Amino acid sequence: MELFDLTIHQMRAGLAAKRFSSVEATRAMLERIQATEPAINAFITVTPEQALADAEAADRRIAAGDALPLTGIPLAVKDIFLTEGVRTTCGSRILAEFIPPYSATSWERLRSQGAVLLGKLNQDEFAMGSSNESSAYGTTRNPWDTNRIPGGSSGGSAAAIAARQATATLGTDTGGSIRQPASHCGCVGLKPTYGRVSRYGVIAYASSLDQVGPMTRDVADCALLLGAVAGLDPKDSTSVDIPVPDYGAALGNGVKGLKIGLPKEYFIHGLAPEVQSAMDAAIATYRSLGAEFVDISLPHTDYAVATYYLIATAEASSNLARYDGVRFGHRSSQADNLIDMMTQSRSEGFGAEVKRRIMIGTYALSSGYYDAYYVKAQKVRTLIMRDFTRAFELVDLILTPVAPTPAFAIGEKVNDPLQMYLSDIFTIPVNLAGTCAMSLPAGFSPDGLPIGLQLIGKPFGEASILSAAHAFEQSTEWHLRKAVI
Amino acid sequence: MKFQPVIGLEVHVQLKTATKIFCGCSTQFGAEPNSQTCPVCLGLPGALPVLNKSVVDCAIKAGLATNCTIAPRSIFARKNYFYPDLPKGYQISQFEDPICQKGWLDIHLEGLEPKRIGITRIHMEEDAGKLVHGDVPGLENGSGVDLNRACTPLLEVVSEPDLRTSDEAVAYLKKLYQIVTWLGICDGNMEEGSFRCDANVSVMPVGSDTFGTRAEIKNVNSFKFVKQAIEYEIQRQIDLIEDGGTVVQETRLFDPTSGRTRSMRGKEEAHDYRYFPDPDLVPLVIGPAWVERIAGELPELPAAKQKRFMSDLGLPEYDAEVLTATRALTEYFEACVASHGNAKSVSNWVMGEVTRALNDNGIDIAACPVAPARLAALLKLIDSGTISGKIAKTVFDEMWKGGRAPQDIVEEQGLVQVSDSGAIETIIDQVIAANAGQVEEYRSGKDKVFGFFVGQVMKASKGKANPAVVNELLLKKLKG
Repeated sequence: MELFDLTIHQMRAGLAAKRFSSVEATRAMLERIQATEPAINAFITVTPEQALADAEAADRRIAAGDALPLTGIPLAVKDIFLTEGVRTTCGSRILAEFIPPYSATSWERLRSQGAVLLGKLNQDEFAMGSSNESSAYGTTRNPWDTNRIPGGSSGGSAAAIAARQATATLGTDTGGSIRQPASHCGCVGLKPTYGRVSRYGVIAYASSLDQVGPMTRDVADCALLLGAVAGLDPKDSTSVDIPVPDYGAALGNGVKGLKIGLPKEYFIHGLAPEVQSAMDAAIATYRSLGAEFVDISLPHTDYAVATYYLIATAEASSNLARYDGVRFGHRSSQADNLIDMMTQSRSEGFGAEVKRRIMIGTYALSSGYYDAYYVKAQKVRTLIMRDFTRAFELVDLILTPVAPTPAFAIGEKVNDPLQMYLSDIFTIPVNLAGTCAMSLPAGFSPDGLPIGLQLIGKPFGEASILSAAHAFEQSTEWHLRKAVI
Repeated sequence: MKFQPVIGLEVHVQLKTATKIFCGCSTQFGAEPNSQTCPVCLGLPGALPVLNKSVVDCAIKAGLATNCTIAPRSIFARKNYFYPDLPKGYQISQFEDPICQKGWLDIHLEGLEPKRIGITRIHMEEDAGKLVHGDVPGLENGSGVDLNRACTPLLEVVSEPDLRTSDEAVAYLKKLYQIVTWLGICDGNMEEGSFRCDANVSVMPVGSDTFGTRAEIKNVNSFKFVKQAIEYEIQRQIDLIEDGGTVVQETRLFDPTSGRTRSMRGKEEAHDYRYFPDPDLVPLVIGPAWVERIAGELPELPAAKQKRFMSDLGLPEYDAEVLTATRALTEYFEACVASHGNAKSVSNWVMGEVTRALNDNGIDIAACPVAPARLAALLKLIDSGTISGKIAKTVFDEMWKGGRAPQDIVEEQGLVQVSDSGAIETIIDQVIAANAGQVEEYRSGKDKVFGFFVGQVMKASKGKANPAVVNELLLKKLKG
């Protein structure tokens, strides 16, 4: 086993036992990045000098015997997280040279626990996309098949784990952006409950849906990383003051007697046969572990994608207004008056998908259309939320596929936005409901592409998801397979 | 045809909180450009607003003082438009469900019955920054953005279209100004823009109940200009209609130098602000305890004070109104009354000598060099007959200059009043002897000459003679 293959908990043990140093582990990662990046393109920015300096400091700490939970662990974060002094592009040309003066709370928390930053990960521009094809920095390739997309928008965060370029990563999930790429790249990805992790310093796409979450090699790492970033942040009014449990302690509880719901609306929509059989196998595994299955209904599922594309785009149209070329970011050199400067800077800086969503959102909020689109979407959102509330009166968890198909080919859906949007059909309702869900490895297609399983929990029920996921992981070996690069 | 103007006002009140509405930056005026900024008020990517609770306290105060209902649940909304001084490309304001709703203020124009003016709503919002054009070093040929003011807390107070004349509009504005400064939530500095107003003006034929099309005059920042702008606008609209034209809905600007309003943008150029609830801020829930706490902190308001000054202190309405013009003046007056007791004579002095000296020196009552207790001591010297009212004015001027106690000044300068009739008689005899002609005139029936003699005696006594004793003795002596 190479250093770059290790999980966080394995690496922590190795560092503690002084089997290797943080500098060695970090160097192994940086070399791996260098070797695999031409094929994968998971990073927008790699920060070797800072990483090695951080690793040296970590080694001194370890030697002094006061290591923190993440001391010396080389991580990478999606380029949507502000990192003080390190370029943060959000996958967009408009922020090509943006060096933020402050850091996101979530990254700051990892850093304060000793994490080493390897660099910033590729993503769809402003997190708008399901394939990483909207990145202004080139498409990230799926390590399992480089002709395929890694998923999106946290495609770089998932691919970097599958390619063993980082021990673990942080992503963000607005409509499936952690879970779908985790599924396509065969890693664990958790979207926590809205309000569980601070959004401060995370570039906003759709503020009422965005949530930060860990992407890891296994469930234990996921629990560890979630515990490190979760909790109230006075700088984010929407973060929630609910105590953060010891997520690691919940692992090993098993699933005996656990009631798991199977929503009928998630097992029909053109589900690929290999996804269906992976789900069937997973259900059988859980049954054998003592879980009970209950057929349930989430009746408003059909409206989720339309609802999402009104609410998310409406919020985005406003969130992205600050990129006007006045104070930071790209400023066009083609303009000789104020209006042109703003218009040109935005026209040159934003890519096609971002422009499309700004236009949809602007339209949905416009006078005369607001009630028909935005207000109605909010009402449907309430109904979708209620679907989950009712379902959770009957069951403890809900099991569904993450995506209807394994990773599709690069270019396959790029000219068909509707097909692209529909690929998020199983993940979007969770964001609208504001609850938590995880993607975990549950099988492979005949072509060798990973297939993920989604476990949806009650609001702030991350611990029960982690515990059920851990039980599954202990009885399967999907998470141990490695992409060959 | 005769026309009836209809006026509604939207007033922006800048709040005096130490920090901004959604971040911890200082609100101090006049600092180095962009020195009072942070990721939040610069609108940097990833930054999020956090509501400053003391802004909510101010809004509740304003709402209670203007008879509004405080909404148990109110929400913030984004008002979207592009402008370089607006860092986020939207302003955080309140649209649906503002914090204060449905209040009123009474205005009282001289010679007319009091009139109740409805207040539609009061909401909280953030201010924008400001643009600086080429008048600073380094910006000779360009424009700069100063975001120190961005995110400064404002209240917007929206009146019902209940005002009918420019005088009513100004009376309403002054009343509102008096209240927000009285509450201590606004510094009232109109030149710096702490209290500014947009006026919605329309006209309709007298007797009609359908309002005409209105024009909105933006950002007028003095009472005088508000009056001028409204009067100009009313006449402009009447002239337009009488010439067969129609008023168009538009935004206009008032130019103080010409005294005219001019079109800024028409309806077709009006922004579609695309208001929607701000997902970054949770709904603001205000329970009864919060409102009660603020109600308990409210000072006695001008209207209540006036009533009490009239009923308890026996002051005339005029005095009560003048003395409650500002909270500082009222507090000064009340402090004097607390150690003197004769409210009317305190009132006369505060409205007379004190106000004159303040005006002459261009200073505010808060900075008055004569402390209330000292003024009360001076009035006691008059009451006890130690000095005359006239001498008191001289003593007051000394107190103003030196900040010393009146007793010390009177003693040092030998200003004690002479009431001893023997001494005064001597002076009177001298004056009568020296002015035989005037004595003749008086005795032949010219009563007016009496004043001359009083003047001469007072002059000869260097103002120290007790005027009552002088009058009495003079009368006796002159009658012969």
